Amino acid sequence: MDPISSCLSRRRLLKGAGALFAWAHAPAFAHAAGARDARFVTIILRGGMDALSAVAPVGDPAYAGLRGPLAMQTAGPGAGLALDGFFALNPAMPNFARLYQAKQAAVVHAVASPYRERSHFDAQDVLESGLAGVDPHAASGWMNRALAALPKGARVAPPSGLAIGATTPLILRGPAQVIGWAPQAVPKASDDLAMRLMKLYQARDPALAEALARGLETDRIASRQGMEMGKPAARGGEPGAMIQSAEGAARLLAAEDGPRIAALAFDGWDTHANEGPISGRLAQLLGGLDGALAALETGLGPHWKDTAVFVVTEFGRTARVNGTLGADHGTGALAFLAGGAIRGGRVIADWPGLSEAQLYEKRDLKPTADLRAVAKGVLADLFGLSAGALADKVFPDSRAVAPMAGLIV
Amino acid sequence: MADPALGYRALTRFGLGPRGDGDLAIAAGDPRGFVRAELSQPGVALLDGPGLMGSVAALKAHFAEQEERKRERERVAAANAAAQPMAQPAMAPPSPAAMPAKEPPKPPSPDQQLYRFEAGARLQRALQARVGFVERLVAFWSNHFAVSVAKGGFVRAVAGAYEREVIRPHALGRFADMLMAVERHPAMQVYLDNSQSVGPDSKAGANRKRGLNENLAREILELHTLGVGGGYSQADVGALARIITGWGHVGPEGRLGEPGTFRFNANAHEPGAQVLLGKTYAQPDVTQGEAAILDLARHPATARFIATKLARHFVADEPPPALVAKLEKTFRDTDGDLRAVSLALVESDAAWSAPPLKMRDPWQFLVAVGRVAGRGFDDVGQMLNWLRLLGMPLWHPPGPNGYSDLAAVWAAPENMKLRLDLAARFAERLRDVGHPSDFLEKAVGPAASQETRLAVAQAESRQQGLALLLLSPEMQRR
Repeated sequence: MDPISSCLSRRRLLKGAGALFAWAHAPAFAHAAGARDARFVTIILRGGMDALSAVAPVGDPAYAGLRGPLAMQTAGPGAGLALDGFFALNPAMPNFARLYQAKQAAVVHAVASPYRERSHFDAQDVLESGLAGVDPHAASGWMNRALAALPKGARVAPPSGLAIGATTPLILRGPAQVIGWAPQAVPKASDDLAMRLMKLYQARDPALAEALARGLETDRIASRQGMEMGKPAARGGEPGAMIQSAEGAARLLAAEDGPRIAALAFDGWDTHANEGPISGRLAQLLGGLDGALAALETGLGPHWKDTAVFVVTEFGRTARVNGTLGADHGTGALAFLAGGAIRGGRVIADWPGLSEAQLYEKRDLKPTADLRAVAKGVLADLFGLSAGALADKVFPDSRAVAPMAGLIV
Repeated sequence: MADPALGYRALTRFGLGPRGDGDLAIAAGDPRGFVRAELSQPGVALLDGPGLMGSVAALKAHFAEQEERKRERERVAAANAAAQPMAQPAMAPPSPAAMPAKEPPKPPSPDQQLYRFEAGARLQRALQARVGFVERLVAFWSNHFAVSVAKGGFVRAVAGAYEREVIRPHALGRFADMLMAVERHPAMQVYLDNSQSVGPDSKAGANRKRGLNENLAREILELHTLGVGGGYSQADVGALARIITGWGHVGPEGRLGEPGTFRFNANAHEPGAQVLLGKTYAQPDVTQGEAAILDLARHPATARFIATKLARHFVADEPPPALVAKLEKTFRDTDGDLRAVSLALVESDAAWSAPPLKMRDPWQFLVAVGRVAGRGFDDVGQMLNWLRLLGMPLWHPPGPNGYSDLAAVWAAPENMKLRLDLAARFAERLRDVGHPSDFLEKAVGPAASQETRLAVAQAESRQQGLALLLLSPEMQRR
């Protein structure tokens, strides 16, 4: 089936699916006069990205000693890319360096979620739920609640979120509409079958009906965006897969009636042993992330100027290299910001220092900023979300955490 | 008196789904007895067969391949050096763009062959099991003690053997035995980096090239035994990490034993007593770690954690507290006898009466489809590919906490759309479907809703009817 006829019939299908999914075929977004039609992408790096290897505080007198063989060099082969006099960027990220020079990328260093233990899974739950602490029953994420809190009247149809991957991460789960997409190589089922199944789900299992409708909705946008379905998964291993995910996200986000916010998650950052920041495993992962940022920039095209990409991880790693040329679970981390909407070209840090007394529990980079402050700052200035909504709904119990100002151009 | 609804539940809540060979009728006669009977078959959890290698043989093949690749790289390097004496090695970050666009097709590596063969054996067992309760338990424990092939060829080569050697023999045995076997197995030692961990004050640590790695110690406490709220501190993580320094596997060179087996390297073991959860462990050798692990297996927080996870897996995302309490008590009263705990689950009324709100995860869904269709997939490669597409690649979870066990995770938009596309493809390629309504009786008969019956009966083709059945809420949930 060619993309155009497939697109048309999917549209018919969704019309047939009933009023419950009326949003799915609503007319194109109408924008309030002068309001920015912004895009917001979060990339979660699961496993705990080593902040001190990604953006190294080469100017800190304790840095080289703590990091030993993992320490980034300032000259010679594999040297870091200088961001300012103090911080150097991992050389596997030339695209980020270019965006930084163009003032479209920034680093927030020594930042953490409110979580202070060292479990990946609890830390990811806190990061994604946006709650002030661990809640094993958390069922929704802050990006979903941000969608739900977008100012009323700005749009004809509620904007939707996009989850990249075979499942929806907690950060995007919740009441607001979320569609899903993953690079895949399976021919599509017929529209007739999909419609019959939708009818059955609507009668018997509304939760599955809603999930299926949102999955089909992505197909429709993807077809119209000319995205090749049935394309085999990328070669080139993990970096290739990261880039392919980002390309797909960008094309869906670029659609006029497509999603406005998206979450991607990249695994594999838990570098306990043989981290390889310059020529090994971490360099490969950072190279993939860098390629993904470039793919978003390219794919979003004219929308890049209104885009903010927020790259986060659940925690940092120990300040000291461990006994196996890696680092164990730590606390303070960093966030990357990129996009034409970012007021970039700077490393934002209230640098805590790396001497023994300055480390958190004499072990980790001490967090001096709250990730929620960064997210709130971006959401406030990009989408005009009110301080009240941000403090009560998007990040509950966060009144004491002021939005970081001036992140958005 | 026969109870078809409970017979169906026996095969879906506890098992891997009906096979359509009259099993629903048999189960209806005595639903609990039907499930219990599988547990009493001798050796029912074990999996063995021609071509299935043990860990030692699998790792020998892996090491030999590594050695061969190393020699090949050296040959190429020597040839390049001879051809271009002036060339300098470039110092550039690895860039995906710089990767060769097309590699010549290579035969699958021994690691990959072993993985596929093991996957095939696991799939066949799941398709053929009478109830599938034991296979569900094996998958549960394998996920509880997850290792991931993302770690590389070593874990890929041995992932199947790991499950057969340390999970299956103890799935109906003692938890402490499974825990000990898991933590000693090379797959776990390598996956969570403990093979490399060295006591800072040990002989090997004295030269300062290597030191402590706390990855495995943390996950033993957080994921394998006490659970994250189980009352341990960062100090306990450090203590356990030091206690199990020296634990690891024997590498290809065969120092300290046969390659691919567990080793205890006294030179890498941190000397001295350690305090874990308030108790002092003063043993000077491998028995220090063994004693600590046995205590963790018997810790009350472990019983609670395991009981909660089991009830959540089989019954409900928010399991009935009375059921959790019952499993916890059984675990404690029997010193972690997993047969007794599994039977307690089967005996519980709450486990049978809870509504079917859990989603079949991709493995359970595809196996259920294969069972009722009476034939499997084109080959194991297709099954592995579909598992990957659905977000559950075999022995390849996103992290050491394994795959999600929550219904909402698997009922995601992209997952439902993929299930639709895959079920359609599966149905289209089954030539001789028979009558879809007969299929329905075999697959979900006692549970079939009027709407599902109608949708299947009114389908425009047999294939479409079958696809609708495979996608029906009755087949998706359990």
